[in-house]
Amino acid sequence: MDYLPTLWFILIAVLWGGYLFLEGFDLGVGMLMKTFAKNEKQRRVLLNTVGPVWDGNEVWLITAGAATFAAFPYWYASLFSALYVPLTLVLVALIFRAVAFEYRGKAHTHAVRKAWDWAIFLGSFVAAFGVGAMLALSTTGLPLNANGDRVGGPFAWFNIYAVLGGLAVVAFCLIHALAFLGLKTDGDIRTRAARLVARWLPVALLPMAAWAVAVVLLNHSMAAVAPLGLAVCALLFAWFQASKNHEGLVFIGLGIFLLAGVAAIFTAAYPNVLPSTIDAAFNLTVSNASSTPYTLRLMSIVAAFGLPMVLAYQAWTYWVFRKRVTEVHIPEAHTVTSIV
Amino acid sequence: MDALEIARWQFGITTVYHFLMVPLTIGLGLTVAVMQTAWHRSGKEEYLRMTKFWGKLFLINFIMGVATGIVQEFQFGMAWSEYSRFVGDVFGAPLAMEALLAFFLESVLLGLWIFGWDRLPKRLHLATIWIASLASIFSAYFILVANSWMQHPVGTEIVDGRATMVDAWAVFTNNTALVTFPHTIFGAFAVAGGFLLGISWYHLHKRRQSGIDTVDASGKVVVGESATLGKNRDKVDYQVWIKSLRIGAVVAMVAFMGVALSGHAQAQLMIQQQPMKMAAAEAACHDGTGFSLLSVGDLRGGGATTCDDVVGVFEIPGLLSFLAHDNFTTEVKGVNTLLPEYQEKYGTHLPDNPIYGDRAGTEINYLPVMEVTYWGFRLMITLGGLSAVAAAVALWLTRKGTVPHSKWISRLAVLGILAPFGGNAAGWIFTEMGRQPFVVAPNPSFQGIDQVFMYTAAAVSPGVSAGEMLFSLISLTSIYAFLLVVEVVLLTRYVRGGIGSAMPELDGHPDDQDKDTDVLSFAY
Ligand code: HDD
Ligand code: HEM
Ligand code: HEM
Repeated sequence: MDYLPTLWFILIAVLWGGYLFLEGFDLGVGMLMKTFAKNEKQRRVLLNTVGPVWDGNEVWLITAGAATFAAFPYWYASLFSALYVPLTLVLVALIFRAVAFEYRGKAHTHAVRKAWDWAIFLGSFVAAFGVGAMLALSTTGLPLNANGDRVGGPFAWFNIYAVLGGLAVVAFCLIHALAFLGLKTDGDIRTRAARLVARWLPVALLPMAAWAVAVVLLNHSMAAVAPLGLAVCALLFAWFQASKNHEGLVFIGLGIFLLAGVAAIFTAAYPNVLPSTIDAAFNLTVSNASSTPYTLRLMSIVAAFGLPMVLAYQAWTYWVFRKRVTEVHIPEAHTVTSIV
Repeated sequence: MDALEIARWQFGITTVYHFLMVPLTIGLGLTVAVMQTAWHRSGKEEYLRMTKFWGKLFLINFIMGVATGIVQEFQFGMAWSEYSRFVGDVFGAPLAMEALLAFFLESVLLGLWIFGWDRLPKRLHLATIWIASLASIFSAYFILVANSWMQHPVGTEIVDGRATMVDAWAVFTNNTALVTFPHTIFGAFAVAGGFLLGISWYHLHKRRQSGIDTVDASGKVVVGESATLGKNRDKVDYQVWIKSLRIGAVVAMVAFMGVALSGHAQAQLMIQQQPMKMAAAEAACHDGTGFSLLSVGDLRGGGATTCDDVVGVFEIPGLLSFLAHDNFTTEVKGVNTLLPEYQEKYGTHLPDNPIYGDRAGTEINYLPVMEVTYWGFRLMITLGGLSAVAAAVALWLTRKGTVPHSKWISRLAVLGILAPFGGNAAGWIFTEMGRQPFVVAPNPSFQGIDQVFMYTAAAVSPGVSAGEMLFSLISLTSIYAFLLVVEVVLLTRYVRGGIGSAMPELDGHPDDQDKDTDVLSFAY
């Protein structure tokens, strides 16, 4: 029985779910930097709502990648090498985004600050789209040969699922970020965010729901129907709460939608971790892509200890910085003047 | 160039670049934690200012370490998929543990530190920087376990053509890792020491130049205050620089003793584990005992130097034997002895297997590029040694409380900041290129790990084209070059701005934060 690889398949789904849930809103906040934020103060409010937490959120991505390497080396190798070009773009996006967060406030001129704003905006957008496309392709399949290598050239992966997955994550991040701002700010930003959530919520969640339905249909998975149903209920719940302006409940609804959606997608894909669109015999599955039981057992012990710890201190950080950030809090910016 | 060569260039460039940020993060992080502790203990204003100033520079650098680290994590799967398949069972584990047990702590706790000034209780706030900086040292341990396994692949059996872990304890207590870890950490402190020293020197020198500090007849410092710039250049400010300078000098000297001792232990292991690397590091063709100070090769043939034309110009008798065996007489094997041993054990040609691509069936060159190993080794030691000597001289020159008036020495002190960075890079290039042609190097004289190996030629992703690799190589390299300029410009600006750049309240900007409505310490 493949219970260890199955356990690790679940854990990796959890890591991706955690990543999308947490980094989801900071990617979304990054995308709201350009048009949603009306002025410099509002842009700084946005940045400071995610300031203390975005880097910790991003480590979920690193951990998801590294855990895949450790638990399913063949999955990691095939997926990452097949998507060489889009992942390069994701890396470039993440580099610019990270640096821009830190350096934007240290800019001396308006033009430079604007350039960093673009870096945050584009970086967040490209990263969200790329990660979405990658996950969608991992659940719907890539043109892989018997060795697990991509055939058909650098763009052979490109298909409708890539676009759907990319859109799904971008749209989810945007709505998730608006809901997050409803909880974390006050005043103009809060009211406008609430209005947008009430209006756009079902539209924004549609692509992700479509992706989940597609994976369930592709795999004729009965087991995935339950989480899929839960996701739909959560969607309706969040929509209803948005119309009543219950910010906390909207956020919870979105979270349940996401986690149930991810659960549906991964359940439907199981036992495949990465199907081959060329021949089902080349599919990477939990049993043929995984590490040995020895390594998986070691990693399970580490995860059993590490993951709850991470959840605990990360939750605590959110508690420490729980207060709303508003425009009146934002101090004047000063530039650094040379004293020598 | 084919995909393999591009992938190697890319890995080399991105890792060396990542390792420009890493040692400063590791070294400066702990130093700032100690400064903040000193502030808590003594309540002295200068320690607070030190914490804030060096902390600011630390953060500017830290973020670049984060941004470039993600590339490293993805790169194994993207460019080295065969490698990842072969080693994943063993090598993935330390990487995953690094992320789960160290990176999370580092990032989350540093977020708390940056935004938690005045928000968290003071002791808790102090704890956050300690935990974050210890986590970065912890992360170094895990990644070095992974790297050391590539040099000395213990705890592993080959099953169905892939490396599988059979003994986790052996992997995580790999003796190579246990000596590499202190060496790398001390190397990081060498960087931090030089950084503190050079920048403090610069500021003390500027204070003298603008007449704030003077010296009396006996050469002792008379500390003054600048009338124009408020508190930013007062007597406390002087304390900040002189203390930072002394801390930096001591850290640099201790770090050098640390790298020398651990490096000695590394050399001893290397002779047993990867004798070819040591021979190549010495350009030692024949067995011998001397440590070469200068060897020259005949490069007129145009190609790489081969063993036939290396001429030892000057060597210290016995020193190589001392490095390797703790005595002056046991001979160390040279390349000419080792080559046939490797060829006998591992063959003269790569197998006719498609995973070697165009290289299948070609002759194997067991000799790493000797120019690189030889000069890499020497550059590492020289640059590190120079900075340690410079630190000692700096302590002597500043014994009366300030720096000499000389503009040149000041420039040298600033330029000297680069030396330990160079030493680290040289060390890594030596270690990694000295391992060629293997990516996982077998240790021929160790039963059990003499057959765990992988040629670099087999490691690259078979499905990725040279064009794709070139695309990422060019994009990453140009972005890295651009960002290096940005980082240096920013660091320079904050250095020039002095303490006030990290503490605007000193420059007469009244306290921004209304304590009642204060929600966090705004960093962005
Ligand atoms: C000896 C130390 C050392 C070495 C050899 C490496 N790193 Fe590193 N790395 C660190 C020490 C470090 C660090 C000190 O922990 C950093 C620097 C800045 C930071 O945030 O943490 C870091 C950051 C860092 C990050 C970002 C973490 C975050 O977001 O907080 C990743 C993903 C990696 N590294 C991955 C790698 C990989 C895959 C390497 C191997 C090729 C590698 N590093 C070499
Ligand atoms: C941060 C410090 C490091 C530096 C500066 C460094 C430097 C280099 C360089 C210069 C190369 C190219 C060698 C060549 O192609 O001849 C290389 C290759 C490589 N290194 Fe490292 N390395 C570092 C750490 C690591 C670590 C920690 C790992 C593994 C965990 C690692 C794994 C590899 C791999 C897989 C290759 C590619 C294969 C090869 O060309 O040998 N390196 N590294
Ligand atoms: C007397 C002084 C030193 C000796 C004897 C020494 C020895 C060594 C040896 C033998 C290695 C190769 C290990 C291997 O490939 O297995 C090495 C690697 C390295 N050295 Fe040094 N070293 C010295 C000084 C320094 C200094 C001053 C620095 C930095 C400022 C430094 C940084 C490094 C780094 C980063 C590596 C690569 C990582 C590693 O394998 O530890 N070393 N050193």
